Amino acid sequence: MDNRYSLRFRGPHLLGIEGLVPYEIQDLLDRADACVDVNRGLADRRDRLAGRTLLNLFFENSTRTRTSFELAGKRLGADVVNMEVATSSVKKGETLIDTAMTLNAMHPDVLVVRHGESGAVALLARHVRCSVVNAGDGLHEHPTQALLDALTIRRRKGRIEGLTVAICGDVLHSRVARSNMLLLLAMGARVRLVAPPTLLPGGIEAYGAEVTTDMMRGLEGADIVMMLRLQLERMQSAHLPSIREYFRLYGLTREKLANAAPDALVLHPGPMNRGVEIDGVVADDIDRSAILDQVEMGVAVRMAVLEALAGPEAGR
Amino acid sequence: MSRLLITNARLVDPVAGTETAGALLVEHGRIAARGPNLGRDESIDAERLDAGGLVLAPGLVDLRVQLGEPGAEHKESFASGALAAVAGGVTSFACLPGTQPPIDDPSMVEFVARRARRVRLAKVYPYAAITKGLKGQELAEFGLLREAGAVGFTDGHLAVANARIMRRALSYGRLVDAFLVQHPEEPDLARGGVANPGPIAARLGLASIPREAEVIMIERDLRLARATGGRVHFSRITTAEAVEAIRRAKAEGVRVTCDCTPHHLALNELEVEGYRTFAKVSPPLRAEDDRRAIEAAVVDGTIDAIASDHRPQDQDSKRLPFASAEFGVVGLETLLPVALRLVADGRMSLPDLFARLSTTPARLLGIEAGTLAVGAPADLILLDPDRPWKVAERDLHSASKNTAFEGRLMMGRVETTLVDGRVVFRRGEPIPTRLD
Repeated sequence: MDNRYSLRFRGPHLLGIEGLVPYEIQDLLDRADACVDVNRGLADRRDRLAGRTLLNLFFENSTRTRTSFELAGKRLGADVVNMEVATSSVKKGETLIDTAMTLNAMHPDVLVVRHGESGAVALLARHVRCSVVNAGDGLHEHPTQALLDALTIRRRKGRIEGLTVAICGDVLHSRVARSNMLLLLAMGARVRLVAPPTLLPGGIEAYGAEVTTDMMRGLEGADIVMMLRLQLERMQSAHLPSIREYFRLYGLTREKLANAAPDALVLHPGPMNRGVEIDGVVADDIDRSAILDQVEMGVAVRMAVLEALAGPEAGR
Repeated sequence: MSRLLITNARLVDPVAGTETAGALLVEHGRIAARGPNLGRDESIDAERLDAGGLVLAPGLVDLRVQLGEPGAEHKESFASGALAAVAGGVTSFACLPGTQPPIDDPSMVEFVARRARRVRLAKVYPYAAITKGLKGQELAEFGLLREAGAVGFTDGHLAVANARIMRRALSYGRLVDAFLVQHPEEPDLARGGVANPGPIAARLGLASIPREAEVIMIERDLRLARATGGRVHFSRITTAEAVEAIRRAKAEGVRVTCDCTPHHLALNELEVEGYRTFAKVSPPLRAEDDRRAIEAAVVDGTIDAIASDHRPQDQDSKRLPFASAEFGVVGLETLLPVALRLVADGRMSLPDLFARLSTTPARLLGIEAGTLAVGAPADLILLDPDRPWKVAERDLHSASKNTAFEGRLMMGRVETTLVDGRVVFRRGEPIPTRLD
């Protein structure tokens, strides 16, 4: 790696965007940028994590994120093991701390964890003797998603600072929204949170984002439109009356997108619900949609994070 | 020797509202005499205990303690709970019916009374359930339970959610002038919540318990109490709106009382940062504005009592992700020092504070305690109000160590505790009573 930056991501874990300072985010994005070519097969870095073990521990199912981490690890030469938690002893009442003790005995170098409860990954990190990457904990954070979104934006727009980003949809139940809000604000973007009143967490405006329930106003002049996935069970809990009403008011259509900047970029963390939060026509528009870029940047960002935590220069 | 003369003490009398130098004579477990010159009377034939200028006050009466016996003895037994109580200066407490099985039957009330007597430390008084099995559906047998010795009725950590059942409880309860304790939280609004709504819960991704859940339940029950003439007590109020609603109702003559906890008095929502499950309590720790409103309400008397809301939890119940961890903190041993800050800050006098901690809760429970009057049981503490100490879980006598105050500096410590004139606790000395 080049050494232009003396200020680097410190580790030893990546548990959230909260706690990172802008130069650490900058460092991870720069490293990820350099990994894009590796991911495309234009360079070979399989020596970087040779002999290291990466353990994927997913308490919630997620084929996409797990595969992304698995690819990232393999492209750096790490041995990647996926632990099937859904079928393991965890379901039989083992506590998270017992799991941590068991994992310690297996001596992994990096643990990638997704868990359904906010704070669970940090709890695990306190009891293991290796680096931990949060691959999503409850409604709390999903830092590699925010980093990959930032990398996508930076590569397409050349900058983050000064851009207006509208994050739209189920903000209340979205760890993607929280991590993105924190990262984008830290990097100098203007952030708008757009959601129905029942899907906005009270007090979130304290962190510096503008909050609105009006989709058209939220999109006005936005450089980036970031759509969030809507969980379909929100109808049962009376957060929303129906999908058709949600799509009418908050679904991203060409007409609504016309209110954003003419070159506005559309992002979605996937998997998409076409016809719920986003119109298929918008999702498939190669001039506007960066959704497939995001998937590609995901592998690059995860390579950068793994290398920063477990590579030859990691502080260990 | 059945006579004990405590000399050289600062007598704090919450009933008279006085603080005087003097001595107090205990005879056959009761207060026989007191006065400024009693200590110099050489003719009194009694064992003498020099208080060394410490405060001599009635022992604390705690309205709200959850024990684990029966069903969860590893969290707190009668023995460990009563020991924690006397170490904290609590000489009487009422225990909640949320055991397994719950205390909803006269035989269970008698069981608690019998087990508690064998421990011979603090006096333990059982609450009984308002509804059978704490299920919120059918009334428990108030008459028989009262006869068996229940000091009050509550569904503990559960609210009586059904308005019709609560109305009947308030109405039927008049038969025995029941002390009905409600957990003021509308369950549908609170469901799934674990933290105070606001920027912290929003960032941590924790589901919240809205503040309105409290005042809605309180306003409903105030109307029912007014309509039925029943008597209602709200336990652990946490919001400024709840204080306001109760203040108004009291002025209108509704038979209402309430308490707060030391943790809601001293701590705010910032404690849950880092997902600290030892700060996970029910109701949740609120914002600083609410904390100040609670403090002001204790000072002005809208809040009648401070109760520890002692809720022991073992490590396995707390070392979990925040949402999965159990609610509650232990509080018997920190109740008094946390409350004493109000005196140190000049907000309240010592006698007024002891009214909230001892006299009023005793009156609410209808038990003989909370006074230095001649003839009253000699349930007493010797307190050094200026003694600094640091809370360390290893020093706690409770079987569970889930304190929200770990590592904090406290001012004021109980040195000696007497129950019925018998020294049951002296700091630094082995426990004088056999524990079973």
